[in-house]
Amino acid sequence: MLEIAFALLAITAVASAVAVIVVRDIFRAALCLILLFMTVAGVYLLLHADFLAIVQILVYVGAISILIIVAIMLTRDARQGPPLGNLKYPAAVVGILLLGVVVFGIINTAFVIPDNAPLQETVKPLGKALFGDSGYLLTMEIAVVMLLSAILGAIAVIREK
Amino acid sequence: MTLLDQFQLILKTAGWPEWAVYLTPAIVGILIIIIFVLTVVIVFIWWERRLISRFQIRLGPNRCGPEGILQPIATAVKILLKEDIVPEKADKLIHFIAPIIVFVPILLIFAVVPFGEGAILVDLNVGIIYVIAISSISVIGIFMAAWGSGNKYSYISGMRSIAQMVSYEIPVVLSIVGIALVTGSFSMIKIVEAQSIPFILLQPLGFLIFFLGSLAEMNRSPFDLLEADSEIVAGYHIEYSGMKFAMFYLGEYGVALAYSGIITTLFLSGWQGPLLPPILWFIIKVMLVFSLIIWMRATLPRLRVDQLMSFAWKFLLPMAVINLVVVAVEVLVLPAGLQWVMVILNFGLAAVLILLWSKLFTLGGGRVEV
Repeated sequence: MLEIAFALLAITAVASAVAVIVVRDIFRAALCLILLFMTVAGVYLLLHADFLAIVQILVYVGAISILIIVAIMLTRDARQGPPLGNLKYPAAVVGILLLGVVVFGIINTAFVIPDNAPLQETVKPLGKALFGDSGYLLTMEIAVVMLLSAILGAIAVIREK
Repeated sequence: MTLLDQFQLILKTAGWPEWAVYLTPAIVGILIIIIFVLTVVIVFIWWERRLISRFQIRLGPNRCGPEGILQPIATAVKILLKEDIVPEKADKLIHFIAPIIVFVPILLIFAVVPFGEGAILVDLNVGIIYVIAISSISVIGIFMAAWGSGNKYSYISGMRSIAQMVSYEIPVVLSIVGIALVTGSFSMIKIVEAQSIPFILLQPLGFLIFFLGSLAEMNRSPFDLLEADSEIVAGYHIEYSGMKFAMFYLGEYGVALAYSGIITTLFLSGWQGPLLPPILWFIIKVMLVFSLIIWMRATLPRLRVDQLMSFAWKFLLPMAVINLVVVAVEVLVLPAGLQWVMVILNFGLAAVLILLWSKLFTLGGGRVEV
């Protein structure tokens, strides 16, 4: 049963990823991207990472996609899509190179699957690992301060005028 | 152990194949939820129309069936028989999918609403974050409807929906963190079990923030700028008719039911109560919350766009942060037995904070900067 679910999710993910590039209408492309985010969340669920799946939906579907949609609202001719520039061939070369690097990386990685059963309750262990005694409190704080300064920077840019 | 798990065990001992053991209880549970939602939505529509008539000193629908209870069914049949019109300039595909994307997440929320002890579809250990995450998908559906219609009024409504939902999500999440701090878990069942004193007494400020924030999330008056009839006609569903409009209508009351259930679970101690059976307590509390929502609609005028945004960012957000810090300190300092001290402290603090902040924060009289 899990195999069927994974196959469905994987096919949808790849199809929507291709659609993001192929579809000319930017808004539809953005919707395909949202579908892709959700299928990735589904894959996380199959891996028993429920907190990660929820956060994936919360952050990517709830926030990042909204950001993309707002950006689309500011573009003209969203229905036709942008005209093709003369950077078609360099883009293809870079794309294929990137794909090669990713495929090479995946093939040459020995993925280790732990023997112990997945955790039933994920939130508490995650919190303990992040904020516990031997955790990553300092790293977290640095990330938080960075985000805060980014927000302040955005406000400062708007205030300029 | 939930009722569904017990159902699965019974099937397993009866010797059903594995996939049937897995699927049958889930499908039965989903069917029960859908029937429950549809029934309660019909009652909700009738209750809202009758109650708002009382507020406006008129009778309201009272002809169809006893006290007009069959009126929503008549309305539903009328809507379903109408012609389905798709505008020529619409993006047909997106126009078609949008009502589904709005409605399905709302049904998904009910998966984690505990109707009684064990009467929950799945007791996720990330329960309440799941609700927040899933309900944020509806925004995309609303914007798809707004964009796909190819209508400028619906487009304005879509932009308003994005601004509103993104702003009000933050105070709502922060007030939920306060509850998670006291409970020590995100699971809906554990949140209900932790409420020997309902959290509305323990965190009155948190309740106010969550209640107002969720009013905005479900586009209820006074935050119903998305469909402000007097400004942008009907907002995002202006170009919808027939079955598709019915989906939006259903979704609107479905989300009201879902959030009433979640407010009941988070702040009003869920199914718990003396004498009456749990499910009855749950429904009574849900009806109380929904009546409060209708009361707000009957009493308060609609906010202006700038007022809406500054209310979220300048009033609710600072309040939510202060509430979070206060609750965190109380959980750390006070011993677990002294919850009544916390009640008195928090009520005093909420009163003082709201009074002080509303002095600083004047709306309407002067120019409001956003």
